[in-house]
Amino acid sequence: MIPAALALLKRDLSLAFARGGGPVLAAGFYITLMAMVPLSLGPDAQTLSRIAPGLTWLCLALASLLSLERLFERDYEDGVFDLLRTGPLALEAVALLKCLAQWLGTGLILSLMTPVVMIILGAPVDAAGLSLIAALIGSLSFALIGGVGASLTLGSRKGGVLIALLVLPFYVPPVIFGAGLMDAYVTGAPIAQALGLLGAYGLFALALSPIAMGAALRSALN
Amino acid sequence: MPFAIRVEGLSLKKGYKLLISDLNFEVGPGECVALTGANGVGKTTLLRALAGFAPPHAGSIRIGDDNSDDSIVASNSHYLGHAESLSPSRRVDQELSFQCEYLGGTAGSLAEAVGKLRLNSLLDLEVRMLSAGQKRRLSLARLLMVERPVWLLDEPMSPLDTEHRALLAGMMQAHLSDGGLIVCAVHDPLPFETRELRLTRAEVGEVVYG
Repeated sequence: MIPAALALLKRDLSLAFARGGGPVLAAGFYITLMAMVPLSLGPDAQTLSRIAPGLTWLCLALASLLSLERLFERDYEDGVFDLLRTGPLALEAVALLKCLAQWLGTGLILSLMTPVVMIILGAPVDAAGLSLIAALIGSLSFALIGGVGASLTLGSRKGGVLIALLVLPFYVPPVIFGAGLMDAYVTGAPIAQALGLLGAYGLFALALSPIAMGAALRSALN
Repeated sequence: MPFAIRVEGLSLKKGYKLLISDLNFEVGPGECVALTGANGVGKTTLLRALAGFAPPHAGSIRIGDDNSDDSIVASNSHYLGHAESLSPSRRVDQELSFQCEYLGGTAGSLAEAVGKLRLNSLLDLEVRMLSAGQKRRLSLARLLMVERPVWLLDEPMSPLDTEHRALLAGMMQAHLSDGGLIVCAVHDPLPFETRELRLTRAEVGEVVYG
């Protein structure tokens, strides 16, 4: 079971990175979006540093949406699920591994960029470590919840917009906790509560999303 | 372990349409069932149900005498459908080694399958550059790479040339003589002894809710 899981993870990662697909696109989108912030709001350093955490989290959520459409769609069209289902892994595990690969290929890279982007916009440098941890947890929740959206829209045309509509409401809690965490840090308020809630949401997504994705995939693949 | 599939009172739906109703048959070790019937009569639907991809509307699919559930058929079977289960952007050798690792084959069995199906010259090509017949040969490799008692094949011969049809027929016969069993949807008869299961269009268009 473990070799099969590793083989699937390796395959999905190599597919994600082939032809500069998802990861590069998402990273480019994230940077471009963040570069537009000072252009649209003006270069006033004080304003920017006040809104930096919130905007960063908003852009992180949007960038996480980008490659979700292809998460299951590609393998669905190529009939790869027929092969995957005759293997040793349950559909729930297959879906979870695909989300994990999606996170390693996209979310992880976006998370690594988050502290940099936040500091460029004027957040304090000593918040870098905390913002990285928060972004890692947040982007993992985004990938898992996004996987549920992708599996629910599997087989429908115009899946991309539909995924965004389905998934964005569930991106709200991590955005609130993540941005709140940074605000709390900057203002010197206790951070344990926001960090705890962010982690709890990540665990919630980790526990429930495989079940939801398994059920949605099973119904789409019948 | 001697392996047998027993299908009792099986009814299958596609969407709301009842395609197959009250079907009974058995496949024992060393036996090949050739599924025949007009287009759209439910051959693929039956094969997918045998693989455990879709739950039956009614009836049961069992292995041997056990009251086992469908997923056990899936992990004991190879399913080769119309779609080749290959990612167009990956190289042939990547796809083969992924399938081998995922399904639990060994490097030795992989090399053997590559040799038998003459895939050597294709290994460094991307899947999307292959012809339909070459893709099918690539899919056939997993039958040899990982030994499983049940082969569920959906028109396996159609894109192959004469030479490779003979090769596949040989593979199927070898599998049967090893005690494996095959359920195979076909339009042209297979070049060895099979038991024909002809699906007829009895209830076309009957709509079932629930």
